[in-house]
Amino acid sequence: MSAEKGYVGLGEVGEMEESIGLNLKATELRLGLPGSESPVKSTSLGAKRGFSDAIDGKWVLSGNGNAGSDLALGKDASLFSPPSDNTNNDPLPLPQPSKPIPAPAAKAQVVGWPPIRSFRKNSMATQPPQKNEADAEPKPGCLYVKVSMDGAPYLRKMDLNNYASYRDLSSALEKMFSCFTLGQCGSHGVSSRDNSSESKLRDLLHGSEYVLTYEDKDGDWMLVGDVPWEMFTDSCKRLRIMKSSEAIGLAPRAMEKCRSRN
Amino acid sequence: MKKAAYSFPEEVLEHVFSFIVSDKDRSSISLVCKSWYEIERWCRRKVFVGNCYAVSPPILIKRFPELRSVTLKGKPHFADFNLVPEGWGGFACPWIRAMAGAYPWLEEIRLKRMVVSDESLEIIAKSFRNFKVLVLSSCEGFTTEGLAAIAANCRNLRELDLRESEVEDLSGRWLSDFPDSYTSLESLNISCLGNEVNLLALERLVSRCPNLKTLRLNRAVPLDRLPNLLRGAPQLAELGTGAYTSEMRPDVFSNLAEAFAGCKQLKTLSGFWDVLPSYLPAVYPICSQLISLNLSYATVQSPDLIKLVSLCEKLQKLWVLDYIEDDGLEVLAASCKDLRELRVFPSDPFGLEPNVALTEQGLVSVSEGCPKLQSVLYFCRQMSNAALNTIARNRPNLTRFRLCIIEPRSPDYLTLQPLDDGFGAIVEHCKDLRRLSLSGLLTDRVFEYIGTYGKKLEMLSVAFAGDSDLGLHHVLSGCDNLRKLEIRDCPFGDKALLANAAKLETMRSLWMSSCSVSFGACKVLGQKMPRLNVEVMDESGPPDSRPESSPVEKLYVYRTVAGPRLDMPGFVWTMDDDSALRIS
Repeated sequence: MSAEKGYVGLGEVGEMEESIGLNLKATELRLGLPGSESPVKSTSLGAKRGFSDAIDGKWVLSGNGNAGSDLALGKDASLFSPPSDNTNNDPLPLPQPSKPIPAPAAKAQVVGWPPIRSFRKNSMATQPPQKNEADAEPKPGCLYVKVSMDGAPYLRKMDLNNYASYRDLSSALEKMFSCFTLGQCGSHGVSSRDNSSESKLRDLLHGSEYVLTYEDKDGDWMLVGDVPWEMFTDSCKRLRIMKSSEAIGLAPRAMEKCRSRN
Repeated sequence: MKKAAYSFPEEVLEHVFSFIVSDKDRSSISLVCKSWYEIERWCRRKVFVGNCYAVSPPILIKRFPELRSVTLKGKPHFADFNLVPEGWGGFACPWIRAMAGAYPWLEEIRLKRMVVSDESLEIIAKSFRNFKVLVLSSCEGFTTEGLAAIAANCRNLRELDLRESEVEDLSGRWLSDFPDSYTSLESLNISCLGNEVNLLALERLVSRCPNLKTLRLNRAVPLDRLPNLLRGAPQLAELGTGAYTSEMRPDVFSNLAEAFAGCKQLKTLSGFWDVLPSYLPAVYPICSQLISLNLSYATVQSPDLIKLVSLCEKLQKLWVLDYIEDDGLEVLAASCKDLRELRVFPSDPFGLEPNVALTEQGLVSVSEGCPKLQSVLYFCRQMSNAALNTIARNRPNLTRFRLCIIEPRSPDYLTLQPLDDGFGAIVEHCKDLRRLSLSGLLTDRVFEYIGTYGKKLEMLSVAFAGDSDLGLHHVLSGCDNLRKLEIRDCPFGDKALLANAAKLETMRSLWMSSCSVSFGACKVLGQKMPRLNVEVMDESGPPDSRPESSPVEKLYVYRTVAGPRLDMPGFVWTMDDDSALRIS
């Protein structure tokens, strides 16, 4: 399974938006060059835009004037110009990146931010917040899994305990990633499947742009909908809305696993 | 200078000076007159060098020939967050070699953010007969072999503290190199080590050192070995546990609880990796005597934290994860009226959505309920000007305020305005504020407030803030006591920097990365200010291969009497007179 595809560089936005029918405006994310549109300040998601500025690279500046002999040194020197016209916190336009920025495996990380020391980061990394062992304390009330979508430049996280069925999950995901198809997955378990399920999956794959997959405890990628809901939430580590073209290799494995479980 | 008939003999002055211990006071004494300078330098026993490149070993040794204790700091603070590339510097070896020759009676070495080799540790082990204290804080470059040399040779060692250092842990055997006759250990901190130390050797060491007051174990020490260790050192005042989990067994639990109860002097607890909450009650009997509690690795939920914290009525210092949530902080505020320091760390700093119910409200509660609160480090995901205002008015006695709103440039979540006014209230009301870290959406206005009100401010950390050079200018021209300024990803450039060049000589250091300072300006600064080292870091190649107006990746400026340093790696360029000529 290939790692997340590098998401498309900033310049190809228009085409990408059209081809996958992804209406990112609904999710209030701007993929245009920072500064090319008015700042999204109407909701708290405006903060996210600021963040994407940070990860898009350093400030690229027009010249700062010549650092020459006309600069006097001293406290009284009033050498700085009044605040520039660019007072709405937009950074200066960035050049087009020469290569696509690789898709973040998790949230895109700015170096050294948030400011947490490596020792702490490493200590926490080897300590999952929720224990899965049977002798551990009862599961806390949240089961956050990361949800990514091929082609979308950000991840979401959702708490699987908020949903009681695949249907609930499907509608939540639809809201989150507006153009998306779960297909005909129901909440029946594997045991009720017969040969017709294989063809159902095939239909699924051919019939829609995207399929919903998940990574299970064994690290395998499976199609969502194969197992009873409770078993699914138990074993699901992360979700990925995969392009159907990518998922084709997935189905046989999924079927094998289903069969071996029976 | 002639000795007047009425002046004190040197011996008397020396005796008087021996009661003056603070560095600042010692410095003042030395400036009174030449003879006092002379007397003082011969009787100075302890020196603190905040930037190892501000001075050189020969200069130090020449002025202070009789030191017993030396503290050195190396890399800039932002090295903690991976902003300083490997190999930058901060090498301890030249210092240790020089001191080995000059100070045979040296007793204490404390290093922070320095690169220390096994060779250096071996030199320490063999050169100082009365060596007592080794503290390596956030250091790196050495292995457990170096520790073995210390253990084997330092007969009078009292303190070995490796806090948060990166040690190449080759084997746990080194601990066995403390000879059986060695009994003077008072403080041991091995919490950063990855591997298991020889547990039997540890138990024997602990039980034969009657003055052991501080023991901070590493994660690899299993919980079921803790009771034995505690029984061997009932006089312990500070304990860092190892992993705090085990199969839940009543006998293990009662053994542990009993052992804790036997430590009547225990005042500080830390460690708590991998906590199994059912074991937390084992410490309940001693909670009422605790003054410091570090639960910042304990991934337990709010209810368990609340139970624990509500029993610690004498608590002065709490470090905890944001699992404590607003509710837990409210309980803290109600229970721990003596609280001086609170640090709340994020359990999921890279998550997109909040995973816990911790907001600005928690901090507001604590500011209301804890009248002695002075020092705050708080990670959260939302903040408002109103909350900051309330905090400032509640707690004008704050001296350290570090707020990290996780998403850069987050505005006031209620009004969507910048957080200028909120931080402005902090600096205005907290007149003794010495340390401040900013975050969130901030314009030049916040810097105007800081420059106006932050008169006692000594250290300021800034990220993703400001609009223009005006911001930087406000700080440099207004903050009279500023010593350390560290800035990343802000649109500050040449003008403010050059206009305030003289200010930089009154500070320890300035760090600017991903800002708008041009290479040309760095050259000018280096040329005009010979007592500053202006170092440009650029991993993409020599800065002179780009136009002068190109911004530099990283800039580190510090005052020095030692001239440009000679141990710079390939990606660091110094902008002094010579190099400026060479480059242009």
